[in-house]
Amino acid sequence: MTASATAERTPAAPETSGAARGTMRGRTIVRGLPLLPAVVLLLIFLAGPIIYCIYYAFTDMQLTGATTTNFVGLANFRKAFGDDQFYNAILQTLIFTVLSAIVGQNLLGLAIALLFRLATKVLRSIVGALVIAAWVVPEIVAGYLMYAFFRDEGSLNEILKFLHLPQQNWLYTLPILAVSLANVWRGTAFSMLVYSAALAEVPAELTEAAAMDGAGVWQRFWHVTLPTIRRSVATNLMLITLQTLSVFGLIFAMTKGGPSNKSTTLPIYTYQTALQNYEIGYGTAMALVLLVIGALFSLVYLRALRPEAD
Amino acid sequence: MAKSVQAAGKVAANVALAGIGIAFLVPLLWVLTTSVAQGQTLKVEWPKHLTGANFAHVTTVDILFRPLLNGLVLCGGGTLITVVVAILAAYPLSRYRSRLKRPFLLTILFTTGLPITAIMIPVYAMFTQLNLIDQMWSATVFMGSTALPFGIWLMKNFMDSVPVELEEVAWTDGASSMATLRRIVLPLMWPGVIVVTIFTFIGMWGNFFVPFILLIDPNQLPASVSIFTFFDPQHGGVQYGQLAAFSIFYCIPVAVLYLVMSRKLSGSFALGGALKG
Repeated sequence: MTASATAERTPAAPETSGAARGTMRGRTIVRGLPLLPAVVLLLIFLAGPIIYCIYYAFTDMQLTGATTTNFVGLANFRKAFGDDQFYNAILQTLIFTVLSAIVGQNLLGLAIALLFRLATKVLRSIVGALVIAAWVVPEIVAGYLMYAFFRDEGSLNEILKFLHLPQQNWLYTLPILAVSLANVWRGTAFSMLVYSAALAEVPAELTEAAAMDGAGVWQRFWHVTLPTIRRSVATNLMLITLQTLSVFGLIFAMTKGGPSNKSTTLPIYTYQTALQNYEIGYGTAMALVLLVIGALFSLVYLRALRPEAD
Repeated sequence: MAKSVQAAGKVAANVALAGIGIAFLVPLLWVLTTSVAQGQTLKVEWPKHLTGANFAHVTTVDILFRPLLNGLVLCGGGTLITVVVAILAAYPLSRYRSRLKRPFLLTILFTTGLPITAIMIPVYAMFTQLNLIDQMWSATVFMGSTALPFGIWLMKNFMDSVPVELEEVAWTDGASSMATLRRIVLPLMWPGVIVVTIFTFIGMWGNFFVPFILLIDPNQLPASVSIFTFFDPQHGGVQYGQLAAFSIFYCIPVAVLYLVMSRKLSGSFALGGALKG
């Protein structure tokens, strides 16, 4: 086209222009200028704190009194890895993340998106609105709603009684299950939106062709649909995993980590250590472990994204 | 034969979906019944005596209007920062080629899910040392910055879907890149900008932890934090009726924003193009 032909000659031409690329260094800087506000904000408010986080983790910093801060090497990490509460927090975090994000939100979101393609339009809009309503409700309100739902005299036990099923004090006996289900209730909307959009882009000819070849519903899903939406699955898993790892308000409102630390995830334990017991150094060491867990999950998902990643 | 199997499948899908819908509805019912009930109950039951007392009690400046206004300032300001800075940053990332682009984008993608809870302790220490603690503007800028990675990443993907040919014409006419961004690219990607705005605002409006740590003065607290006062034992136990009434008011700004803006998205939520990774 003439448009791209003329673009070759203009200095501000984009990546389609081979001739203009890699020449003046000054122009690269001018082109990158709009990035500056973002880079400055990210450096100050995210990179800075992360570096501080790494530094504090090797000190005995405390918030109480005017005691001096000393470099203590790996002492905080040694303390953490000798601390049963810390292992418990990691375990609870992993249970919470796998149950509520990787299994719960991910599969339920996918299931809803798949059901949407078969269900009637009215039902689709109503259920879509309800799922999104749960997501729009702010974290702390969701926490109280869920507290009211799971508590001893809550709605769940009323329903179970009505159905003649055994009831129990969910927040006391299985708090981590209760907060995980609460997080599924609250967070599924995101996966639902992602998968609805992804499924809409699966070419109908592909599934139809597979059906012609005699592929059943499951085979079509497994061999045609799933490979097509693979990148959406990986992106979605990465985003919801990282969001779930850092959930604080929901758990804090429902159980405060209790009873007897049975729902104390790493963010809750970090908060207790650093901001209630004022052991900043020890708290940040644990926060760093949380960052590393997030990074490990990300690496797995990024591998899945890699072949055609931008 | 095949037709009846298909019909049975449709019925099963509708039933399953209805079941899921009910599961999502039940927890929401509590807030509606409790807000109009007398007495303090955590049960979902139709109240015997309807009352507006809970709503009347919470609609005061101290309990409702100031926290809501604080929240609007904090989250509105934060969202504005995120959206404007993300648009600026997305443009070079979407339009130019550079060796630094891929590492930068991967870093952004990772930071997208950075557990903010993990860095709040150094942020708290930094804010205390620089005397930024308990200041509305610094908390607003911080909120805006934490939402940036997700904002930039979504915005860049939306911008990628705007064909570059349109700009090339403008470039040959001597328009600067910022002028083409404003006059050509932005008008074509309003749905994307709206999606980023909704995502950012909803995330901030519900954010409890950041303002909880960074703001101290009760007069500056947004509604996401002040809601905790209903649980203050000093006020004689938890005031569930008032909490429920307050929660309804608290959800209104988000619901309004979502309804108004999703209308402009021509029905479907235009998320597909931006989340492919």
